Amino acid sequence: MSAAGHLLPHRRGRILPTLVLLIGSLYCLVPVAWVLVASTKSSGELFSTFTFAPGTGLLDNLRDLFSYGDGLYLRWTANSALYAVAGSAFSTLISTLAGYAMAKYEFRGRNILFYAILAGVLVPGMTLAIPQYLIMSEIDLVGGYWSVLLPGLISPFGIYLARVYAMSSVPDATIEAARIDGASEYRIFGSIGLPMMIPGMVTIFLLQFVGTWNNFLLPYIMLSDENKFPITVGLYTLLNKGSSQPALYGIAIVGAAVSVLPLIALLLFLQRFWRLDLLSGGLKG
Amino acid sequence: MTAMPRADRRSRAPYLFVAPAVLLFLAFLAIPICYAIYLSVRGLRLTGGGVFGTREEVFVGLDNYVRTLTDPEFFAGFGRLALYGLISVPLTLGLALLFALLLDHAGTRAKRFSRTAIFIPYAVPGVTASLLWGFMYLPSTSPFSYLTQELGLGEIPFLGPGGIYPSLANIAVWGSVGFNMIIIFTSLRGIPAELYHAARIDGASEWQIAWRIKIPLVAPALVLTGLFALIGTLQVYGEPTTLKPMTTEISQSWVPLMNIYRNAFTRDDLPLASAASVLLAAGTLLISVVLLKVTQKRAFGGMQ
Repeated sequence: MSAAGHLLPHRRGRILPTLVLLIGSLYCLVPVAWVLVASTKSSGELFSTFTFAPGTGLLDNLRDLFSYGDGLYLRWTANSALYAVAGSAFSTLISTLAGYAMAKYEFRGRNILFYAILAGVLVPGMTLAIPQYLIMSEIDLVGGYWSVLLPGLISPFGIYLARVYAMSSVPDATIEAARIDGASEYRIFGSIGLPMMIPGMVTIFLLQFVGTWNNFLLPYIMLSDENKFPITVGLYTLLNKGSSQPALYGIAIVGAAVSVLPLIALLLFLQRFWRLDLLSGGLKG
Repeated sequence: MTAMPRADRRSRAPYLFVAPAVLLFLAFLAIPICYAIYLSVRGLRLTGGGVFGTREEVFVGLDNYVRTLTDPEFFAGFGRLALYGLISVPLTLGLALLFALLLDHAGTRAKRFSRTAIFIPYAVPGVTASLLWGFMYLPSTSPFSYLTQELGLGEIPFLGPGGIYPSLANIAVWGSVGFNMIIIFTSLRGIPAELYHAARIDGASEWQIAWRIKIPLVAPALVLTGLFALIGTLQVYGEPTTLKPMTTEISQSWVPLMNIYRNAFTRDDLPLASAASVLLAAGTLLISVVLLKVTQKRAFGGMQ
């Protein structure tokens, strides 16, 4: 990093790039700052005072938020956490198993499976939401937790990444050595493949977690009971009702602010565990 | 004798490993697609005639496809999507590439801060992002319109007829620029530094190095991010739906997925919605494959 520093004597070479990046940062932070400020305003202040002037209603807003619909907001948060944590954990495990097998074994149907997975990556999940709804209603799962959890378990992109990661991080020689020592294939996966794939699994988990946490259309289609909504659908219904009951706008804004903070904290904390080079590394084939 | 069962176990292991994924793939991708294709050739028809006729589900051939393809609203939805994508995709990729190059530039300061700040919107769901930006567009709460009004210029028509496209595109750019930046940046970090040293000794400027060495070498990452931006555009749903209560510009069938949703749940015409879903999925797959072929970059290693 500093090795090249002496090659850049011009101050302009430092100031302009830094300035552009700081403008980009400002652009990305302004809406977050706005919602934090707006969440401190009473409903009167929201539409009357300058938008970046802090208000006096934060505590009232928080009380309104958490008491809305007998604590619906907390339920939505818990539901989002359930869908995202449980769904992504199982999905990661399933993807890892499949990716490992596709990278490390020759078996009949492997190529067909690979092309099917690839097609799955390229077909947007959302266009499948209606067909998935139809299947779920055929087997009477629509409206329940399973209707949101189950479709989220299969992630073609996760399988694809797991395959890329297994190819590059689990050496064939190690597997072969373990076989000669008499270890079973399951034991080899459990004590060699799986531990070696953990950094890749963390990335797959985080991608899936954010994807599920942010998902709107699938739960919106599947669920009708407010008590089962994730936070995205919950906030949307608040906003939608807000056009006739402006007081709900205030609750939607505080709800957005409160939901954004822990996720940003989580992202900042987990940032160093991300191996996004996995995405770009897979490109070279 | 003892080798046989082990070889047998070994040949069974990969099938057991892929079994959960295959089962879920069949249940939630393959079967829904087949079911949607089946439904798309069905339709409710009056049989028996007159007032005593009953509605019955029958085979109608490609009727639903014809209806979808001749529905001006479905095409208008693609037109709106195209306009929206023409703004959001190049801006997202261009800004992501610019920020990634600046992060990789030796003289830049405050890298850690910028990288984190630009990545933060990735943690914000599209619906929440639309809610935040929606209020920042709404004349009574917009800080931007506040400024222009103070300057006597009137409010900015963010949610008006012309403003709605850049306004929606902006939400997409805001939400995805950071993630794409990180992908391109990690790809840049993988380029061996010797390449730059050699170029610098030959007297190349930083601009030339970026243009001639860095950008061509991260082209596969650009293809991948472009592909995902395109797929993301085709499945836009949550953002316009969230903004809908705030503006009269967004109709119930503003983008194809909103049209499909309306046909399925408001009009109860599942066969028609299925036909449109099948067309949208097939179209997306086609566009992706064509894009990958045209760019000739093996964005998905092992596709050969």
